[in-house]
Amino acid sequence: MTMSPIQQADQFFVTSQHRFVSYLPAEFQSLTSAILSVIAIVLVFALLFAITTVLERKGLGRIQNRYGPNRVGPAGFFQPLADGVKSLTKEDLVPRTADQMVHFLAPVLLVTAAFLAYAVLPVGRNMVLVNLNAGILYFFAVGSLVELAVFMAGWSSRNKYSLLGGMRAIAQMISYEVPLVLASVVVIMAAGSLSTVSIVDMQASYTGIWPHWFVFTPWGFAGFILFMIAATAESNRSPFDLPEGESEIIAGYYIEYSGFKFALFFLGEYLGMFATSGLAITLFLGGWAAPFSFLTWIPSYLWFFAKLLLLIVIFIWIRGTLPRLRMDQLMSFAWQFMLPMTLFNLFVAGVWHFMPSGIVRWLVCIALLVAPAILLSRSLKQGKKFAVRHYRFAE
Amino acid sequence: MTVTFLILAALTLAGTVAAMAMRNLIHCVLALTLGFAGLAALYLLLGAQFVGFTQILVYVGAVAILAVFVIMMTQSAIPAMQSIFSSFWVAGSVVAAAVFAVLAWAICRSGFASQVLPPVEAAVHPIGDALMHGYVLPLEIMGLLLTAAMIGAVVLAMHEKRRTP
Repeated sequence: MTMSPIQQADQFFVTSQHRFVSYLPAEFQSLTSAILSVIAIVLVFALLFAITTVLERKGLGRIQNRYGPNRVGPAGFFQPLADGVKSLTKEDLVPRTADQMVHFLAPVLLVTAAFLAYAVLPVGRNMVLVNLNAGILYFFAVGSLVELAVFMAGWSSRNKYSLLGGMRAIAQMISYEVPLVLASVVVIMAAGSLSTVSIVDMQASYTGIWPHWFVFTPWGFAGFILFMIAATAESNRSPFDLPEGESEIIAGYYIEYSGFKFALFFLGEYLGMFATSGLAITLFLGGWAAPFSFLTWIPSYLWFFAKLLLLIVIFIWIRGTLPRLRMDQLMSFAWQFMLPMTLFNLFVAGVWHFMPSGIVRWLVCIALLVAPAILLSRSLKQGKKFAVRHYRFAE
Repeated sequence: MTVTFLILAALTLAGTVAAMAMRNLIHCVLALTLGFAGLAALYLLLGAQFVGFTQILVYVGAVAILAVFVIMMTQSAIPAMQSIFSSFWVAGSVVAAAVFAVLAWAICRSGFASQVLPPVEAAVHPIGDALMHGYVLPLEIMGLLLTAAMIGAVVLAMHEKRRTP
């Protein structure tokens, strides 16, 4: 089989893995290729974490009108190395009353669960660790392990701030998991498959120069926005970063972690953010597919990581510009706005499926989405009494 | 295949035994979660992806969290100092052994154990098909029942407004 140079560049990692594995005896081949893929995932996304920390600190610095890190290496870009050395050499403090075993296991479980999610993300053409029949289900199943890790961290530290932070985090994660799953159901409906690979394959074709991404439909656009809001809340990022609200509960569930274990929590949080962003790319933004038909010569994995970096930049931008929500606002937003809107979106996806294609379908679906959104936000605003808030337990 | 099965079975059994033997109730739930996860892995080993992932999603993601919260809010943080064996453990183990014997006898007699079935690809598609076509009414009834239960829970938990202070 001969491949054009473009295809060769596209499949470079796949073919080099095959070539390496083919030198080994037959019984070790599948195991070695799986281990190689796992090593690649761990290395690439850990490196992306390092790049993101420095990007985030510099970006936030720019938003807040200061420099950010600029001392280590050119323009401060070796800062993650210094941070790594610092967290490795710091003393690992464990509170005397803490539950030693659970306290140790919590960060391990968190990072393991975060890495497991990458097994079904197609980062390029033919570049997925396992093509599971129920890939999306797998993604959400391993995502639910994170909640358990957060509970273990919050409970085992024997600290009321960490317990409060853990409870907040779990309440938030459970509440936003519902709209997160419902927002992705529209894509599963349209694609008729739970496999991430076939969902991307469906979007990787073009009409003229325009791609068939699901985000370019009314329900897909609404689903993408709802998914990203829920993903922000799932990864505990600003404006939904109450579990670690510094002003009330200091650092939340990882308050009693120091040194490398704290770095592991940090890593797990960012890995979760990358994974949900990667799923958003897979579901709505065409995965590794190029945005225009004349750009398909650029290798597919570059497109995936370009989209991922774009979403990360949006996350940083939002973090730098929005204030933090209050706990009751967070909860009512999830249950009173996000949940009804995702259900409406499901309905609209059904309407879209059964209407003949044309301009009428677009107008009907947009109207069916915009009208409920406006009516819902109006009615929610009307119920609010803007007065001095009375706290039941804090006074 | 058999090595994987043995490891997973040992993990599941260890988790469930630890769930009964540990002193601290939170530790018990965490150990039980290990048992749930092992069971899910056994389902996956049998090729039942949907059942396996649903097991993780429901039992590890929801039931374990629920159990842990209930225990945390109703129990004190210090574990009880009495023995983990209750005073009537002999009678209890006799009853447990009897139940196990009856179940094992029923399963052995039903002919499932000797019957060799052709391997079935338990894909998600047929399950979804069955749920949406053949069993759509039971599914809807279950949904209605769960919604009613949820509304009941919300009503119970709602803050009562006192008319006279």
